[in-house]
Amino acid sequence: MVEKTPILDTFTYVFLIIGILIVGFPIIYSLIAATLPLAEVSQVPMPLIPGDQFMVNMTDAWTRGNLGNQIFNSFIMATGITFGKIAVSIIGAFSIVYFDYRLRVVAFASVFCTLMLPVEVRIMPTYEVAANVLGPMQATWDALHLNSLVSWFTGNDFEMHLNWSLLDSYTGLILPLIASATCTFLFRQFFLTVPEELCEAAKMDGASPMTFFFKILLPLSKTNIAALIVIEFVYGYNQYLWPLLITTNPDMTTAVIGLKDLIPQADDLPEWNVALGGALMVMLPPVLVVLSMQRWFVKGLIEKEK
Amino acid sequence: MLKRSTFKSSYLPYLLILPQVIVTLTFFYWPAVQGLIQSFLLSDPFGQSSKFVWFYNYKEIFTDPLYLRSILTTFIFSIAVASVSITLGLFIATMANRALKATALVRTLLIWPYAVAPAISGVLWLFLLHPSYGIVALGIKAWLGIDWNPVLKGTDAMAMITMASAWKQISYNFVFFMAGLQAIPKSLIEAAAIDGASPFTRFWTITFPLLSPTFFFLSVMNIIYSFFETFGVIHTVTQGGPGGSTNILVYKVYQDGFVGLNLGSSSAQSVVLMTLIVVITFLQFRYVEKKVQYTG
Repeated sequence: MVEKTPILDTFTYVFLIIGILIVGFPIIYSLIAATLPLAEVSQVPMPLIPGDQFMVNMTDAWTRGNLGNQIFNSFIMATGITFGKIAVSIIGAFSIVYFDYRLRVVAFASVFCTLMLPVEVRIMPTYEVAANVLGPMQATWDALHLNSLVSWFTGNDFEMHLNWSLLDSYTGLILPLIASATCTFLFRQFFLTVPEELCEAAKMDGASPMTFFFKILLPLSKTNIAALIVIEFVYGYNQYLWPLLITTNPDMTTAVIGLKDLIPQADDLPEWNVALGGALMVMLPPVLVVLSMQRWFVKGLIEKEK
Repeated sequence: MLKRSTFKSSYLPYLLILPQVIVTLTFFYWPAVQGLIQSFLLSDPFGQSSKFVWFYNYKEIFTDPLYLRSILTTFIFSIAVASVSITLGLFIATMANRALKATALVRTLLIWPYAVAPAISGVLWLFLLHPSYGIVALGIKAWLGIDWNPVLKGTDAMAMITMASAWKQISYNFVFFMAGLQAIPKSLIEAAAIDGASPFTRFWTITFPLLSPTFFFLSVMNIIYSFFETFGVIHTVTQGGPGGSTNILVYKVYQDGFVGLNLGSSSAQSVVLMTLIVVITFLQFRYVEKKVQYTG
């Protein structure tokens, strides 16, 4: 500090500790609740000394909520979105930055505009697409009257029916969420800071574009990729609306949604110990990812929003 | 922007951008256009027939008191979430920045709620604010003398979802304020101190104005968050109730379209949301960097 301010410093630490406690309180309290038997958790106020029922409540939540299966689904979804997004974005950015072609600006603008179309504003039509991904192709086919064209051409009656439903599938959970303007931007910004000489030298040595990409650009992007892995894993794991729309089969539900079934309703037994135990288990994977990769996380969060 | 030295290939750039383009066309543009068309149609719930009705759906929603109320609810909710989480985030970050000793530990203790899904945050606060079991609810009843009951009272329910949504955003705001604070040159603060400015004066005349771009940026991000990502909180905690008092726009689109199967109205509402987000995005890109001055 600039000057000695003992009183203010004391206040600083006191407020900081209060702040940390406010932020941490819901978790600490839930952890305690998850260790208590039903009789104690429904006492008013609930005792603040941890009980010994932690494993019992956790096992109960695990089996009753089918959490094993759901966390597995969430994990597949989050991993798929993370790697799909990064792969799609990095090659897209490579195309936009390192090639000069006619539709470059159009491609860039079309990716940019997806920023304005989050899933929340196009719920129904996106659901319809997921119910039949080939719907857009079918509609184009019909609009161009290609059925009659083919019929005329081949002399037989011809009708084309394209149908591929993504409902209740991992593809459906992952695919619509892997296009990302922000990730593409991040890689684009980064590629623009890569020295020109690297590309020139690679070209002089006779490297093909893909050799340059794999041997030079990809290794250079390591830190950015690590940062995005953290951010996108958390994003994917915590998705709510999309999995809610396209999964009806309980075996395909993700953990964050499935958790709702554990919450005691008005006329149920108030088994909050089980519900909170479940909540703690479900939130664990992304929290661990953030804490263990903290440095990348902070970098990713700040870089991505630039 | 483009590199000075580029590669030449007639097919490769198209091939590389193709996955991105296919996904955006199928899952972004096609549905957006469909939604726009649908918003001008009136169809029966089974999707068997529909007819073109111009702006009927829009006229309907903007004369529907429930929709107008939902707009108001959304604005109150987003402003409440943004101000609670930004104030706390700024406060904690300022404190953490002053406490030079344990910055790493403090950061670790404060950033993890970011990883908690809004819906799970909802579950935790549902318990803390439960009218019969929640300890925070107990405190509110005992100390503030309020007859707390979010199950029956709209204002209480609104306070509950605000708490649940703002809590997890504190870490997000904290990270950005921390980065902003650390980017302020120490020499400025020292110069002011030599001129006799107290820590408080320094905060208000130097630190705070220098943080204004971060502040503006976070306001936009928090409002976007509370408009869209809080769907999980509403769906697990209140389902829009009691009596529609927490029925924010996104939840209403879902309710009317996916549950109520009123396609025309739901699409019109989606288009309104789309317009709103276009405006926000535009503001963000136009003003975030430029209009916030670095002068006190």
